[in-house]
Parts: sequence; structure tokens; C-alpha cells
Amino acid sequence: MSPVTLETDRFVHGAWGEAAHDLEWHPGRPLNIGWHCSDRLCRLGLGEKPALLWEDHQGNARRYTFDDLRVLTNTMAEYLRHAAGLHPGERICLFLDRVPELYFGFLAILKMGGIAQPLFSAFGDDSLWTRLDNAGTAAVVTQRKHLGKVRRARERLPELRAVIVVDAGDLALAPGELALDLERLPRVERFAGHATEAEAPSVLHYTSGTTGQPKGAQHVHLSVLGQYLTARRVLDLRPDDVYWCNADPGWVTGTSYGIIGPWANGITQAVLDAGFQSDRWYAFLEKYRVTVWYSAPTAIRLLMRDGSELARRYDLSALRHLASVGEPLNPEAVVWSRETFGRPFHDTYWQTETGSIVVANLPGMEVKPGSMGKPFPGVTATVVDPQSGEPVGQPGRAGLLALRPDFPSIIRSYWRNPEAFAAKFRNGWYLTGDRASIDGDGYFWFVGRDDDVINTGGHLVGPFEIESAMLEHPAVAESAAVAKPDPVNMEVVKAFVVLKPGREVDDELELEIMNTLRKRLSPLAMPQEIAFVPSLPKTRSGKIMRRVLRAQEWGEPVGDLSTMMED
Amino acid sequence: MNELQKLVRDYVVREYLEEGDTRTIDLDTPLISGGIVDSFSMVSLKRFLEKKCALQIPDAEATPAAFDSVRSIVDLVARLGGKGPAG
Repeated sequence: MSPVTLETDRFVHGAWGEAAHDLEWHPGRPLNIGWHCSDRLCRLGLGEKPALLWEDHQGNARRYTFDDLRVLTNTMAEYLRHAAGLHPGERICLFLDRVPELYFGFLAILKMGGIAQPLFSAFGDDSLWTRLDNAGTAAVVTQRKHLGKVRRARERLPELRAVIVVDAGDLALAPGELALDLERLPRVERFAGHATEAEAPSVLHYTSGTTGQPKGAQHVHLSVLGQYLTARRVLDLRPDDVYWCNADPGWVTGTSYGIIGPWANGITQAVLDAGFQSDRWYAFLEKYRVTVWYSAPTAIRLLMRDGSELARRYDLSALRHLASVGEPLNPEAVVWSRETFGRPFHDTYWQTETGSIVVANLPGMEVKPGSMGKPFPGVTATVVDPQSGEPVGQPGRAGLLALRPDFPSIIRSYWRNPEAFAAKFRNGWYLTGDRASIDGDGYFWFVGRDDDVINTGGHLVGPFEIESAMLEHPAVAESAAVAKPDPVNMEVVKAFVVLKPGREVDDELELEIMNTLRKRLSPLAMPQEIAFVPSLPKTRSGKIMRRVLRAQEWGEPVGDLSTMMED
Repeated sequence: MNELQKLVRDYVVREYLEEGDTRTIDLDTPLISGGIVDSFSMVSLKRFLEKKCALQIPDAEATPAAFDSVRSIVDLVARLGGKGPAG
């Protein structure tokens, strides 16, 4: 039985009733995010309104209206269903850079009843394979530059039937590989979309924990109620806005607020398919007259490093509202944005499992720099004692940040791993894995993670994945990965390595291990520093004590060492 | 291209360009803004330069702008007094 406790009444009369009313949904009726983000808006007369203003690093630009969005997602859905032979309920992975096909493909998969599985295109071979294998993915939509990784993964994925390449051109394709040239396909005006139940799985995002491989967070179509309402009330999206979300749809922010939330509201989105450069970002904000900008502390700190003067060279007067997500926004960044843009970044808090924002600095609310804000109306949040699982009930006292699992966008399970999901609950509370406190005014303050997961640049990286991959290196006997403080990314990965007997540290080894991990896992998981040590701290039962290494990096007390094995 | 420029270019092609990526890397190809090298991967490129050119690149100098092309990288190495390819 799912630990999620939804009361249908709340989606009619309660806190989420506004979203259900606006989206014309009633309990028991079908609900499809793909349809709500395209066809519905055309029905409302927004067909000619720009939906997507897209630009890449070379300055190539394209503009799509909501009617284009409707027709192109129909076209892609038809292709997936009939040309590729995919069925409702199957997992279809999007392994793409931020090209238009990523955005259309996401909605197309949902329209035909599939489960969208977006993956960060910088993932390396092992990270890709692990997630496709766990999901039992039936098809991958990708582009030529990533095809090599997909082909290598496919050799060990019997359930993967189709690989669809969106820019195949004259490339020779292997059996089971298909070319999808969206511009040349006959446009499909009408597609009989799948009448998905509100509780039908919609999106599978993988998230890392302390132990084991990443888990597939299983979202449902009903999540659109949460994403719609929070996009409106927290990001303050209004009909005339041009909105830019910096996140890649390989991560949950990039789908919940880079696709679903804004488009369910009929908002024009600008997308930049390019790496980070301060001047390039400012030029983009200026060119598209972006009014609402949803960014991340890491990006903001990189902008800060280049100074306010650079920002003042651009006309950013259209900016109306700024928000941030990914990791705690430091007070200096809030103050800097006030000075530089004339308005503060509003921190928001949520995670892959919650599907939408749960704690936020709402527009108009007094921003306490460094605070996460207050629970979004309709979300019950508190801080519980780690031992008793009961609310701490005392201002300023830290505990585990916990949520009542009764809001529409919370995931329903981990894919093929309900036991791990059940383990996230205590006394009817969903435990986020983050530690926080609540002050006397009801503001929440982030304290830190309650586990060994590393939050680097707003992305969670599991130490187990890194350590497993390091052990594959022929020189490595043992390893541990922990978080190290970093002024830009909040945390970065630091690895401790014990070499095999006879192996010595040389100039090339550190770089070789770094590059191996980058290619096998991802740039995020690549240790930014490797310490070669003679041994690792372990318990008497032989378990590596990451907390000792982490405490050393952070200059914190190492705590109880009574179980530590002596060398 | 001089020897150092070639060294950096070849390293970028070998380590960062995916095999299906047909782009050619010249002196001014945008590496960071072009999505070839991201800000996390910059660290391994920095380490490579430090080892090959026998220098220390301060974190404050290792900016996305300084690492955005083979030309800007080689300029940075020269400014910091790097010795050119070693080993």
C-alpha cells in the first residue's frame, strides 16, 4: 500500500481546488499533462501565442507558437506510437541536449500514454546504462553526438527495442535505430491522445541516495495541479511574461518548471541551449526581454564572480521576478541580486520526490536572506526529531524536514523499489533527508543533508555510484567519496583512494581517475580532488566511515569514534 | 597552431568531444558556452594544464571565460608563466 495519502476532496474544494478548477479537472476524469500543455491552450485561444523561443550557442534561433506545440507534439506522438511501435505505459528515454525535440518529445510521450524518462545528456556510459536498465526502457530518443553512448548501453539492454535519432541525416543506422526528422514528417493535426488516469505514471526522474544505485522517482499526471499552481503563485507567472528556467530537463526542475508548470499556464518560455557564460546569459535576458527568471545558486555565484558591472552593460529592465532552486541560496547572493538587478532572488525548496515547490519565499513576502521561506499553502511541512519522528515544536531547533504526503505532485513510489520509498516515511511524515529548523516567524532554514549524499551545483550525487566506479579502475583498492565545501557549487566531490599494493601515485593517475569517472558517470560525479591515502577509517565491521572524512573536510567534530577500527 | 595550442586542442578532442560530435575544434571554438566542456569538467582540464605546463592556476583565474577557447586557455597559461608542454 502506498504511503501517499491523497484526499480527493482537497482537489475540489481544498488548497488545490483552484488548480483543478482552472485546468477543468474533476476527480475520476482522465488527465494528461501533454494535452494540458498544448491542445488545451489552443482551445483557450492561445494558439498564436509564442510557446517556445529557442536559441543555441551559435545564435541559431527558432520560435514556436502553442499551435506549433500542439501539432508537433501530435506528430511526434504519432511517430512514437505507430512508426516506432511504442505502447502506453512503456518508458521512453529522452537523451538529448536542450534541442526543441526534447521539449516536444516530452509532451508527445505523455500524449501517447508513455512514461517520459529524461536523462541528463552529459551522463556517461555507466550512469546511462544503470538508469535504462532499472527502468526497463523501451526506446531512447537521442541525437548523433550521444549515439555512441546509447549504442554501447544497448548491447546490455534486452528490453530496449528502439533508438530514435532526431538528427540522423545521412548517418548509417543499425537495426532497431530509426531516424526522426520532425521538420520533414507530415504534420499531424489530430492525434487521439491516450486518456490517462490522473494517477497514471507520467515521468521517471532518477535521484541518488546514500546507498545503492539511483532510484526512479515515479511521478503521475496529477502532479500538474501542483506544478501549475506553484508556477503561478511562487514563480508569479502572468500571461504576458517571458520566462526562462535555467535547468536542463534531464533534472526535475527542467521538467516541472522548464516544461509543465509554465506551459500549463500558457506562458512563453525562452530556452538557451548553451553552456554557462555570464555575458551570454545577460545578452539572452536582454534579447528576449525575460521577465521571470528561475535560476540556481551556483549560476548566481558564478555571475557574482564576474561582478555587477558586467550586468549593468545590458538592459535587464524587463526582469520582474527572480527565483532560485537547487541548494540553499546564501544571503550574499540575495543582497547582490538586490543591488545588481534591483530585486532579490527568492529561494525555493523542493526535491525530485516532491515534484513541485513545497517551501518558498512567495512574491510579496518579506525575504529573510538565507531562509528557505515558508511552506506553500496546501503543503504541511514541519521539522521532526530524528529519534521520535515527532515535530520538534521549538523555534530554532534543528531536525529532519518532513512533509505530509498529501499533495498532488509527490511521487507515488520509486520504480520497481517500493521498499526504498516506504523507508522514507515515519509517523505519516515523508522525510526529505534534509535537516532544517523553523524560526519564531515560521520561516524554514536549511541546515544540511542528513545522509552522505553530495549536493553539487544543485544536483544530488550518490557516493556509492562514485565509489563503485572508482573500484573499476585497475589501480584502486578502496575508495570513499564525500562532500567537500566549495564557494561556487556549495559542495563538490572529494575522493579518498587507497591504491593496490605495488601501485604508486604518479602525475597521470589523478587525472586518469578523474577522466574515467567523468566518462563513466558524469562531470558532476567526477571528484574535483583526489587524496591518495594509506587507509580509510572503518568501523570494526569493516564499513567505511564517510562521516569522519566529511567532518575533516568541513572542519567539524568527527563525533563518536567508539566503533572505529584501529589500524 | 603552435605546440601548446595543438596539445590543448588534441586533449579537448580526445577527452571531451563525444565520438558522434562532428564539430572541428579550432583556436576560437567556444568550449564552455558551446557545451563541449562544462564547469565541472573544467577542473580536469585545469589539472591537465597544470601538469603539462608546470604551473598552478589559481581558482580565481579558472573562469568559464578564461577556458572558453583553445586561444584563451593558451593565453592564460602564457600569462601565468607556464613553461609549455612538459613530458
